[in-house]
Amino acid sequence: MRAPGGTDVAVGDVLLSVENVSLSFGGVKAISDVSFDIRKGEIRAIIGPNGAGKTSMLNVINGFYHPQQGRVTFKNQTRSEMRPYEAAYGGIARTFQNVALFRGMTALDNIMAGRTLKMHSNLFWQMLRYGPAMREEVEHRHRVEEIIDFLKIQEIRRVPVGRLPYGLQKRVELGRALAMEPDLLLLDEPMAGMNMEEKEDMSRYVLDVNDHYGTTIALIEHDMGVVMDLSDRVVVLDHGIKIADGTPDEIKRNQSVIDAYLGVAH
Amino acid sequence: MLYREAGQFKTSYEADEAVFPILQDRIGVALILVIGFAVVPFVSSNFIVNSVLIPVLVFSLAAIGLNLLTGYTGLLSLGTGGFMGVGAFACYKLTTFFPDINIVILILLSGFVSAAVGAVFGLPSLRIKGFYLAVATLAAQFFLSWCFIRVPWLYNYNISASIEVPTRTLFGIPLTGPTATPLMRYIIVLSIVVLMTWIASNLIRGRLGRMWMAVRDMDIAAELIGIKLYRTKLLAFAISSYYCGVAGAMMVFFWLGNAESESFSINQSFLILFMVIVGGLGSLMGSFFGAAFIWGLPIILRFTPQFFGMPLNAATVEHLTFMIVGALIIFFLIAEPAGLARLWQVGKQKLRVWPFPY
Amino acid sequence: MDLLYKVFIDPFVQMGAAPDLLVQTMWEGLVAGVLYALIALGFVLIFKASGVFNFAQGIMVVFAALTLVGIYTLLRNWGLQPSNLAAFLALGLTIGVMFVLAVGVERLVLRPLVNQPDIILFMATFGLTYFLIGFGELVFGGEPKVMIANELYLPKGAIDIKMLGGFVQFQKIDIAAAVIASIMVVSLGIFFQRTRIGRALRAVADSHRAALSVGISLEQVWIIVWFAAGIVAITTGIMWGARSQVEFSLQIIALKALPVLILGGFTSIPGAIVGGVIIGVGEKLGEFYWGPLLGSGIESWLAYVIALIFLLFRPQGLFGEKIIERV
Repeated sequence: MRAPGGTDVAVGDVLLSVENVSLSFGGVKAISDVSFDIRKGEIRAIIGPNGAGKTSMLNVINGFYHPQQGRVTFKNQTRSEMRPYEAAYGGIARTFQNVALFRGMTALDNIMAGRTLKMHSNLFWQMLRYGPAMREEVEHRHRVEEIIDFLKIQEIRRVPVGRLPYGLQKRVELGRALAMEPDLLLLDEPMAGMNMEEKEDMSRYVLDVNDHYGTTIALIEHDMGVVMDLSDRVVVLDHGIKIADGTPDEIKRNQSVIDAYLGVAH
Repeated sequence: MLYREAGQFKTSYEADEAVFPILQDRIGVALILVIGFAVVPFVSSNFIVNSVLIPVLVFSLAAIGLNLLTGYTGLLSLGTGGFMGVGAFACYKLTTFFPDINIVILILLSGFVSAAVGAVFGLPSLRIKGFYLAVATLAAQFFLSWCFIRVPWLYNYNISASIEVPTRTLFGIPLTGPTATPLMRYIIVLSIVVLMTWIASNLIRGRLGRMWMAVRDMDIAAELIGIKLYRTKLLAFAISSYYCGVAGAMMVFFWLGNAESESFSINQSFLILFMVIVGGLGSLMGSFFGAAFIWGLPIILRFTPQFFGMPLNAATVEHLTFMIVGALIIFFLIAEPAGLARLWQVGKQKLRVWPFPY
Repeated sequence: MDLLYKVFIDPFVQMGAAPDLLVQTMWEGLVAGVLYALIALGFVLIFKASGVFNFAQGIMVVFAALTLVGIYTLLRNWGLQPSNLAAFLALGLTIGVMFVLAVGVERLVLRPLVNQPDIILFMATFGLTYFLIGFGELVFGGEPKVMIANELYLPKGAIDIKMLGGFVQFQKIDIAAAVIASIMVVSLGIFFQRTRIGRALRAVADSHRAALSVGISLEQVWIIVWFAAGIVAITTGIMWGARSQVEFSLQIIALKALPVLILGGFTSIPGAIVGGVIIGVGEKLGEFYWGPLLGSGIESWLAYVIALIFLLFRPQGLFGEKIIERV
């Protein structure tokens, strides 16, 4: 296995930056010449009306989509094309708008799957499930149980995730992303479809992850209250263009942002 | 109340990760093993051993192989028959080259040959998915079937294009060939199947099993958590073909005593696939249920009407079998896609609370 | 060196040396290809309209042929004269049987499985295949039967055309098959593109739920389309049975339709014909000119390997739609 690319970044320095990225699908231009950065240790929100290109942006960072123009620099290493595997390897983890859990597996297995990159025992010991393989299973089980405790999902460990209610599924998905011990955590609408209580819980988890594990977080979210409370900085997209970039207070007062949300053409 | 697990606390993660964490399951499995090794040999007739037990064990192993690929990794394969054939012919050639090496070792070695062939035919899985990959496996099946007839080197230039199993012994007791007793063959087959099932179960519960299931459930998400799709899929093909190859070798060496190309045709592939569907995709236990069911059905159909004084001829039995199997496949897919294995689990669930209804 | 010559030069030399033989081989390939295409057409119809990959198409062909011959024999045994009348009456009744089959499949297999993932429906058609094999063998018996080609006014005999230094023989039944297949393809194409029902069928293929929500009756659509596939199956069965015999091994040959579908795409009617012709001709040429190198019988797998190589370069086939996965 190669060592993860890139060098370490100090807290406060730029962890990831996106430069002049443009992305189109056929004739549709999803993202036009967008640049912004994410600093290590911060919570960065990406907001904008529907269809603004937010999820596409995350997909570019992840290596899912390859932009026609522009570059992504992660941990001081610049790439014009990231592959999903490289992103994972480099320390980027992600959750999805439509929960992308492995439906045939239990919650525990899903989160354990997140530890895949950290597990190295070879096939022989796995076949015997003894020695190094067993020790590794138990060791990673410990870490996964820590996450399970943190997210308070102990009772549903052995439940196949297809049977869980939506809110719990989202939590398990967060757990799986956390299991990767990522440097950068991308959350795509983590609060979507949740009620007040669930949103409060999820917000607390997001804050705790940032505090406790020091994980840098980039978050797409529609609920303005959540965005204002949680984030350190915000970038606003509309129709694939960046229209604002700053602290929550600055964004709140920015006229173009207000216009965009009210649907005023600009 | 028989099956309660309350009061059984696990005090370590190892205990929780055991194959059969519930005590009743452990007892049950131990009992089955004891029956299998010690009781059955003395109680069953040669006919039952030869025509029921050994083939069911052999097909169960092949079904496990296919299940690893299709049930756990989600890659539909119609080449099972061909891979079984590779194992059988590989074993035959190995016995020709190394007549002095123990047959059990050769059988386990021949699995590696079919693993290699399986990996080669799995190469397209990088670019091809779903139905299309199934068609690629069909290419493998038809090509291999053709090889089994058209490559005379495989059957040592025998005029009838078939292979006959030479006698091989272990500690002086014949294991293969005309002099081997059904009992001895049964014990060897049972041992190999138990061992390989245990290994499969270990793989499934560990990292590789999770990687396979992730690829099956959502390969895009699997990539994003760092799983290398290509390697995982190729491993699935290789390991699955290993199991099918060993099953094929055992089929020829410990059961049939010879092989014709029909033994490894497309029909065989479908047969094993049906065993996997009926037994339950993604369940090791289901592979055994499915094999027993599909193999046992024609036998039951043959003997039950006879028992009631209305014998059916062989052809009718075969036709009825096809019809019933076909209808059952549809039935299982509608009512219980997880197959007999799920019915078994539901049954256990009922046992948990018996005699209460829920 | 010698091997390279044998593979890359010699076959073409042979082709040039006896061009009439080449044309003969290509014609045989074309005819086989047309018949594969007809089976593929049945697949495409059902897939286009219901998203179901009907693995049972092959056995439906055999079943249709068996039913036709069976009913004809029955009618004749009851003393119905003349034979032509019996033949066409049998044809009409067979169409009725295929309709009943379509309704049965819709009610018992498709309806309970609506909204299930495609792979489940695919496997259900495996079950259907085996059921029909067993049922067909039980009712009609397993021996090969003779297709009632004469009684249906299908032409017999051959035309010998003098060309290219030799003779090329065209069986009249083959010509008839090619013509009938073309008519079928054209009319189905028009049906799908121009009629209201055709539009409904395409809607259902895209999304069951969406089609339901605009008031399209899934049951009706499915019955129509399986029935249409049944008609195609009858035609294929007649043509194929007329060229050889009616027997169950035809069912395996039907698997060859899969490479055809890969080349032509799963949803394209013209694609089925193009794919069929490519596979048919490619197979026959391969067997005839390269076969002796490898040992005969490469026809059994050549089609699949051709399709496989094709897939590696163009995973969606010649005419299929490019699949874009969105997350």
